[in-house]
Amino acid sequence: MDSNGGGEVCRILRELKTLKASKSDIERRISDLEAQLRELNLNNGTVVPNGSSCTLMSTVDSGFGHGLSADMIYRYSRQLLIPSFGVQAQSNLLKSSILVVGAGGLGSPALLYLAACGVGRLGIVDHDVVELNNMHRQIIHTEAYIGQPKVKSAAASCRSINSTIQIVEHKEALCASNALEILSKYDIIVDATDNAPSRYMISDCCVVLGKPLVSGAAVGLEGQLTVYNYNGGPCYRCLFPTPPPTTACQRCSDSGVLGVVPGVIGVLQALETIKIAAAVGEPLSGRMLLFDALSARIRIVKIRGRSLQCEVCGENTAFTQKQFSEFDYENFTQSPLSTSPLKLNLLPADSRISSKEFKERIVNGEANVLVDVRPPHHYKIVSLPGSVNIPLSRLESRLPEISSFLNETKERKALNPDSVPSLYVICRRGNDSQRAVQLLHKMGFTIAKDIIGGLESWAQDVDQNFPTY
Amino acid sequence: MQLTLEFGGGLELLCDSVKIHNINVALQNGIEKLTMKDLLSWVRTNLIKERPEMFMKGDSVRPGVLVLVNDCDWELSGQLDTTLEEKDVVVFISTLHGG
Ligand SMILES: [Zn+2]
Repeated sequence: MDSNGGGEVCRILRELKTLKASKSDIERRISDLEAQLRELNLNNGTVVPNGSSCTLMSTVDSGFGHGLSADMIYRYSRQLLIPSFGVQAQSNLLKSSILVVGAGGLGSPALLYLAACGVGRLGIVDHDVVELNNMHRQIIHTEAYIGQPKVKSAAASCRSINSTIQIVEHKEALCASNALEILSKYDIIVDATDNAPSRYMISDCCVVLGKPLVSGAAVGLEGQLTVYNYNGGPCYRCLFPTPPPTTACQRCSDSGVLGVVPGVIGVLQALETIKIAAAVGEPLSGRMLLFDALSARIRIVKIRGRSLQCEVCGENTAFTQKQFSEFDYENFTQSPLSTSPLKLNLLPADSRISSKEFKERIVNGEANVLVDVRPPHHYKIVSLPGSVNIPLSRLESRLPEISSFLNETKERKALNPDSVPSLYVICRRGNDSQRAVQLLHKMGFTIAKDIIGGLESWAQDVDQNFPTY
Repeated sequence: MQLTLEFGGGLELLCDSVKIHNINVALQNGIEKLTMKDLLSWVRTNLIKERPEMFMKGDSVRPGVLVLVNDCDWELSGQLDTTLEEKDVVVFISTLHGG
């Protein structure tokens, strides 16, 4: 492409960006005004004259005793026609308020269905922004919102599906100090978060406030679903009184997840929420649904009831709101509430090297061996040329290979007898590489050095075209 | 005694990534019954290939692992004292946190 063409592309991209920004601004203003109008209509019972946008406005009770307007009857007609759901359940639903914590893989489908089915008020809590690697599973967001707050993006999608319900945006991280205030405004809480401390915190808060909790989780190709603190049923702590070791807490950003798997669980979370809000059916309390996508199996198991010894909901425990708001959930679970990746610092400075310096040494023709300690399925995605893959979990048993790589390199580079090639260790983010170097030092490879920040720092500081994941 | 064991929620990674194991546990001479406690030590010796601390703590499972005997939480059948019978299905599942 010639330079003029390039300039043209830039201009178009700039204009698109501006237009999209003003478009979402206008949509936001429209839905704000519509919400205001609805409030006004409900408050003074005014009948708005039929106009072009009357479908949004005639929310006034049509006088059949169930509170549904003509528009509501039409919009929700396919639900009203189900004999075991009907107008009473829909009316209950329209009076309910639901809070979804997390607008990610679980929250996306849950929010879309909850908005569509006609809950009265739908709250969304999230502090994150939309990223490209979210798109495969967080289907509520569109590419246009990359870089923008998830709450804003999710709220816009919900409004575009159903402009007649109230949507509340909570653009903040949920923590013990604000959870009581936020959760107390809703009837039912949906846990669509992605970490252990949040799960304990949300469950405890629901116990303290007496709210049912619809809890879902998904990693890899498996999902789990249950309802806690419902009608005398168990809370999260009844099941899991002691937090698991941090090494057992898999995260989607490390272990991966097939997009449709949280999709299935999130949809089921919406379903359980609708059943509770509408007061129909038997909610999944005292039972847990286990979903195994690979073998196409769903198993529903019976779990224990409320534990009398539970430290939060048990017989003789008085876990108060004050105790809750002062409880340190990160310390309790030994893991952070936010999903920011761990940054270890295990090694002395002289056992570490930056990715830039490593690059210089390669350019200068230094003789070295580069060991990549990531699991093989990571190594297959992308790796540095010339590196050898020895996963951290197998390192100890494969040390002889490192010795022979060092010897080979020495011969190939025809080094003089006293000098040895350098030994570098790399991983994805620079944590496992430090653990590996610690092990190598202990096993006699004292020359081993860790590449600080791993492949992520290589992609950031050395080669911007190097793929990240 | 013939049993079916299943590992899930990542625990299968500790036994060569195999989720379902059809096993045959030999009972000690003169002893008729097998308890969950016996089964756990059998599993630890015969199936767990790496990081046993990710499966067990003391003589029970580590925190965060649900144990189901015939689709029922083992808390309801006596935990470690649960007596197993021929053809029982025992599931070990690690709780998930992601989403
Ligand atoms: Zn409890």
